[in-house]
Amino acid sequence: MTEAYVYDAVRTPRGRGKKDGALHEVPAVRLGAGVLSALRDRNGLDTAQVDDIIFGCVDPVGEAGSVIPRSAAFEAGYDFRAPGMQISRFCASGLDAINLGAAKIVAGSDDIVIAGGVESMSRVGMGMSGGAWYMDPSVSLPGWFMPQGVSADLIATKYGFSRDDVDAYAVESQKRAAAAWDDGRFKNSVVPVKDVNGLTILDRDEHMRPTTDMQSLASLNPSFVIPGEMGGFDAVAVQRYPELEGINHVHHAGNSSGIVDGAAAVLLGSKEAGAGLGLKPRARIKAFANIGSEPAMMLTGPVDVTEKLLKRSGLTLADIDLFELNEAFASVVLRYIQAFDIPEDRINVNGGAIAMGHPLGATGAMIFGTVLDELERRDLNTALVTLCIGAGMGTATIIERV
Amino acid sequence: MTYTNFTLDTDAEGIALLTWDMPDRSMNVFTESVMEELDAILAEVVANDAIKGVVLTSGKKDFSGGADLNMLKRMMAQFEAEKTRDPGNATKLLFENAGLMTGLFRRIETCGKPWVAAINGTCMGGAFEISLACHGRVAADSERVKLALPEVKVGIFPGAGGTQRVPRLADTQAALQMLTTGQTLTPQKAKGMNLIHAIAAPDQLIETAKKMIRDGLKPVQPWDEKGFKIPGGPVYSAAGANLWPPAAAILRRETNLNYPGAAAILKCVYEGLLVPFDTALKIEQRYFTQILQTTEAAMMVRSLFVSLQELNKGARRPAGVPETKFSKIGVIGAGFMGAGIAYVTAKAGIPVVLVDRDQESAQKGKAHSDTLMAEQVKKGRAKPEDKEKLLALITPTADYAALEGCELVIEAVFEDSTVKKAATQAAEAAIGDTAIFASNTSTIPISALAGNSVRPDSFVGIHFFSPVDKMMLVEVIRGEKTGEKAIATALDYVRAIKKTPVLVNDTRGFFVNRCVLKYIAEAYRMLIEGVPAPMIENAAKFAGMPVGPLALADEVALDLAQKIMRQTVRDLGEGAVEADQLKLVDEMVDRFDRKGRKNAKGFYDYPAKPAKKALWPGLKDLYPQKAPEAVDFDELKKRFLFVIAIEAARVMEEGIVTDPREADVGSILAFGFAPYTGGVLSMIDGMGAAKFVAEADALKAKHGAPFEVPQLLRDMAKSNDTFYARFNPYPPEKEAA
Repeated sequence: MTEAYVYDAVRTPRGRGKKDGALHEVPAVRLGAGVLSALRDRNGLDTAQVDDIIFGCVDPVGEAGSVIPRSAAFEAGYDFRAPGMQISRFCASGLDAINLGAAKIVAGSDDIVIAGGVESMSRVGMGMSGGAWYMDPSVSLPGWFMPQGVSADLIATKYGFSRDDVDAYAVESQKRAAAAWDDGRFKNSVVPVKDVNGLTILDRDEHMRPTTDMQSLASLNPSFVIPGEMGGFDAVAVQRYPELEGINHVHHAGNSSGIVDGAAAVLLGSKEAGAGLGLKPRARIKAFANIGSEPAMMLTGPVDVTEKLLKRSGLTLADIDLFELNEAFASVVLRYIQAFDIPEDRINVNGGAIAMGHPLGATGAMIFGTVLDELERRDLNTALVTLCIGAGMGTATIIERV
Repeated sequence: MTYTNFTLDTDAEGIALLTWDMPDRSMNVFTESVMEELDAILAEVVANDAIKGVVLTSGKKDFSGGADLNMLKRMMAQFEAEKTRDPGNATKLLFENAGLMTGLFRRIETCGKPWVAAINGTCMGGAFEISLACHGRVAADSERVKLALPEVKVGIFPGAGGTQRVPRLADTQAALQMLTTGQTLTPQKAKGMNLIHAIAAPDQLIETAKKMIRDGLKPVQPWDEKGFKIPGGPVYSAAGANLWPPAAAILRRETNLNYPGAAAILKCVYEGLLVPFDTALKIEQRYFTQILQTTEAAMMVRSLFVSLQELNKGARRPAGVPETKFSKIGVIGAGFMGAGIAYVTAKAGIPVVLVDRDQESAQKGKAHSDTLMAEQVKKGRAKPEDKEKLLALITPTADYAALEGCELVIEAVFEDSTVKKAATQAAEAAIGDTAIFASNTSTIPISALAGNSVRPDSFVGIHFFSPVDKMMLVEVIRGEKTGEKAIATALDYVRAIKKTPVLVNDTRGFFVNRCVLKYIAEAYRMLIEGVPAPMIENAAKFAGMPVGPLALADEVALDLAQKIMRQTVRDLGEGAVEADQLKLVDEMVDRFDRKGRKNAKGFYDYPAKPAKKALWPGLKDLYPQKAPEAVDFDELKKRFLFVIAIEAARVMEEGIVTDPREADVGSILAFGFAPYTGGVLSMIDGMGAAKFVAEADALKAKHGAPFEVPQLLRDMAKSNDTFYARFNPYPPEKEAA
């Protein structure tokens, strides 16, 4: 059977997703064009050989609409024969783009695929694509819709994580991210965003606050008290989990993922196609899976999909050297660690979205590249990448170095 | 042309005054004949060039109460009959019928001539909907004018355009709140919401309405104009994104999704605001057709509309006894209950003599009314002069002789046979031969107390619930020797104070308390099984009960529960109370000093405000706790509803309650029994007795004796019977009358 190999992975630095963020001046499509150009230039890629460009994008509206990878390919100057498509599985879109690309290669329909994602949260805005999921009562009622922050607080309440627990995790994320940057561990993947003159706009993750400590976090008020109490969502949580009397609101901006702008892309191909282009494979996509999980708690999909994926792949937790779980909220990671009893030095070892930010559609491809770099740096073999997803889903991928 | 229900008078300026005044009715309602006539009137208005516009008003004190629910009943009967022949056609027919009012109102608003509703009094449901279809709406500046779309309260929703016109006039959030709660609006509030155009002095109402037409009121609704904008903004907008997700969550919080009619309102508004008006009406019609077919709608309409009204009008009153007009009522015992009884009596405008052992105690009882009225004044629900008027009606005294001339004396002294005996004898010495004596006892059988009376045929039970001013139900208890006049007088009194009576025969706990005790006992059983306490409370609430059983037990007081349990054991023997339940209450009271809300420690902790009550963490240590995942939560919900319904069926079997309407309405008003079921017996009827018995038997196999059903239910299951057929409150001769 044909297998899918990973030849390269790049990402932009993540800009603060606000009007004063460094990447706010850069159109979303240009972030995408940047990573496409980098993949071509670093690998001497004949873009006419690219069978597809798949980008995840969670809010593909306005300037991010109209199949943004096709637009990005125009701006990057790709050969017209390289088509594009945009997908969404909310926060796992970037990883699912990779899985879909790998599936096309395994199926034999495609030989070379670029997969990744892009999100300009400062320019397009979160939630701009709307949707029946949370708007239409015929959907939101049976779907137990809750804002993700309240779901994260529900996880903390149900599984017993205190405000101190989630804050301590956030402090550690900041420390790890700062150490990784200082040690140059991201330099192989991060491609600076430049202007039309070649001047650098941003070359480092902008959202980080390395000096964060327990004391500074303690001064922040929980963010989801108002939707929980006034908006009725605590009651939704309690109706779904009637063993609870109420919800303990512990999450705030400091222990939740940052809102940022960014893009990432991964070059995938079959062994033969890669060899034909003179590329050296870095890793193999070993297995991947998706799952739907309980939608009120929403963000525990990584636990469910990990169980499913290990079963499907015949691997055990002991076979996984490094885990990379998107830090949507601190409780998501703490619950995952608790469920599988994972040593803290094997998960998110270079920090994550709490420190560096979570550009929704791009994150999956970003953390995929991050853990691949780290496997190589530590000379380890196997990593599992996973993300929690809106509406209660999980996506996970296992990679293996070759 | 002349009409039966309307008069049409066109003035010199061509403005037709259409006055709705149905013969032989005190209130205008939509009937088939009203609809037909309106259609004919509309044709006449359109055809007659002399008519420039129409002012629609009422010839009665009120505008209209809305649709005649008998029309709905006939529509559903036709549906059920057709369903047995051709289910598909039955649904189609129902859909067409469900759109009749919608279609008529739409024809009015698109007829090309301006219509103005001149609302002179209460305007509810379909009447408010026809007003909304008029191009102008003027309401009289009067306390009589109450505007509402209250359909959701009886399990349906405003299905004649209400869900579409309200959110096209008012802000979406305000519209949703009004529609999903059935909230009543004053003219001022309605104008603030943009639901009416003007408020006029009552004597200027018609003139103001006519002037709107003379001033050139355009016969086009805003939503039929080009470029119409939804007042609350488009559904898919920043405002919409802030509104809709919490709207659904709040609906879930407030209804536990037990009320399909309420959820349908949200769906109608959401879907309707995304399409043009005529399409939106069609969407409403589809949901209305669906909701009409729900068991909840059928049961709620019956209990909360039809039966409630019938009981309030004295359906159970013995015929042939002349109605008693009360000139003076005596209340003996000025404690919390007696003071409350004095208040509600004076509130009805009846002079009260409030007797207690000394003047100071009696005075203290009157002060309760002062406090309650002060609150009313503070909230703007009463004027200071109302307070003075009410207080002037209450005469506190220690002198039983002051009871002379009372038509009715209600005893509400301490629950002690000796004290009650003394009060009865002292009162009977003072009151005339024709006066009725009533006891408000909750624990002592009336027949036993009647033994203290020299004329037991004039002795009756009138059992109030606490707090008297808020609880709408009153049990009227017939002792062995209670005569018809005593019953009639008690029912006249309950009607006079605008509460709802249920007539029950004498037994320990009567009807309501028997059911409530089963509810609390089942919670104790769950605690003892190791079910986490939040799951117990939440199961009850999500099943539709207003107060969790442990919170209710705290309100009643655990030391009182302990006393009652011990007394029951003394009276009826060891087996009468489950030993481990008595042990639980003993532990709570004797070991942990947790007596309930009264000492701020019960199943809950009651910290000082603004902190909220929270379940006592120590409950976890009383019994080994089950993992939440190991608890069948839906079964907990079912246990609460079943254990109460089974007790109610037993009460019927024993002949304590004889009319199913009283059991149903009583269960909802007294202890808030899951209103969406229509009450304790309608729940069984709604499921079907056979299914109910099968499920109760399954519960009994797992959870034992409380789920043993009475023989009556087994018989009903076998013969596929319902309570309303077996205990038919509408005997044929009565229907003919």
